[in-house]
Amino acid sequence: MKEKFPTSWLLVLTIVWMSVAIYMDFLYAPEEETMGQVQRIFYVHVPCAWTALMGFIIIFCASILYLWKRSPAADELAHATGEVGFIFCSGVLITGPLWAKPAWGIWWTWSPRLTLTFLLWLLYVAYLMLRSYLVNPGRAANLCAVVGIIGFADVIIDYMAIRWWRTQHPQPVIMGGPNSGLDPRMLLTLLVSWGAFTCLFFLLLRMRLRLGRMRKELSEIRHVLAFKLSED
Amino acid sequence: MSSLKIIWNVFAKDLRVEWRNRETLASMCVFGLLIVFLFNFAFETAHEENLRLLPAILWVAIAFAGVLGFNRSFASERENACLEGMTLAPVDPSMIFVGKMLANLFFLGIAEVVMGFAAALWFNVSFLPALGELILIAFFGTLGYAALGTIFGAIAANTRMREVMLTVLQFPIAFWILMLSIDATGNAMRGDPNGDWLGGVARVAGISLVFLVASFLLFEYVLEE
Repeated sequence: MKEKFPTSWLLVLTIVWMSVAIYMDFLYAPEEETMGQVQRIFYVHVPCAWTALMGFIIIFCASILYLWKRSPAADELAHATGEVGFIFCSGVLITGPLWAKPAWGIWWTWSPRLTLTFLLWLLYVAYLMLRSYLVNPGRAANLCAVVGIIGFADVIIDYMAIRWWRTQHPQPVIMGGPNSGLDPRMLLTLLVSWGAFTCLFFLLLRMRLRLGRMRKELSEIRHVLAFKLSED
Repeated sequence: MSSLKIIWNVFAKDLRVEWRNRETLASMCVFGLLIVFLFNFAFETAHEENLRLLPAILWVAIAFAGVLGFNRSFASERENACLEGMTLAPVDPSMIFVGKMLANLFFLGIAEVVMGFAAALWFNVSFLPALGELILIAFFGTLGYAALGTIFGAIAANTRMREVMLTVLQFPIAFWILMLSIDATGNAMRGDPNGDWLGGVARVAGISLVFLVASFLLFEYVLEE
């Protein structure tokens, strides 16, 4: 099948864009005043977080599309996105503490965004575990779509509930957030990085989808072979 | 058959099964009591600390006892292909969901009363001053928790290691029901005049209703072959 935009082009685009992003991250963006060089992890951390969230939105849309139109492609998309999104969400949880320790002096705090990210990661884990533990593959798509939809409802609820939670306690102050007067060069670097990570996300997604197709073909070939061998 | 009749039939069937073998309720109560006992023994706290710790201990006990019950709820249906029988019946699957959910709510409610008595006794606190508020919080919190438990119990029944799968699905998604219930229970028990207990109940109820409606609408896809 001829693709309009081949994966190899996407690969080249990702490599070029990612190189530009890395150059901007280390050489173009100015050094942050209070946190110093360590702040540069920001350009990896935040794009990872946005991409991980986008991943769950894609799972949600694909799940609805599957239950509505019954298209196997939507189910495969949701499955592949689950795996790729999980990598990015893990990336957020790894880069976060690495940045928090020098910046705040602690590895972890249950601040709203950290709690949200951790819950999102748990949702990804639950979704992928369900995918691999199902015994009847015929029903897998339905069940995973249901979890994808309820899981996304949970993400929305997280956003509201995190503001209600123990409102009598002061919330930890988050430094260096995107709203605290970001330098224009920093903002540009962030946006370029975000683009690069989005490219990487879609590249991995397409490779994962292709892998899924090949697996399916392989199992069909095996079935045919086993049938022919049993005939002989 | 009217919807109410279907719901009642499923609910009454679950109660009848439970009355005959008394497995689910007994295990939920004993497990819940054990958790309350373990925490009580381990912390050995004074009265003020009890008021701070007890809501969390109680809701953790409720959460674990609930998971035990939800697992049984659909595992027992898998045996002897009861689930297939119910799916073949010419009724709306959503009504089956409501019936099963009410049965789970009922069992967990009984287990909560048992745990509550034990907690009052061992931790030496009285629930009576804020009983009305606590009942409301417990009702709405358990409602949402049971709704999620019922649909995830049905999903997990299709998997290997279903006990693990149910827990992994249930806890991250029911996280805020539990946390906001703990918060509201604590406010009610401390009798904080500035504590916004009605707001607390409203938040728990709101989240529970969202999950109840979502589970209700999606349940037919879970049963679909």
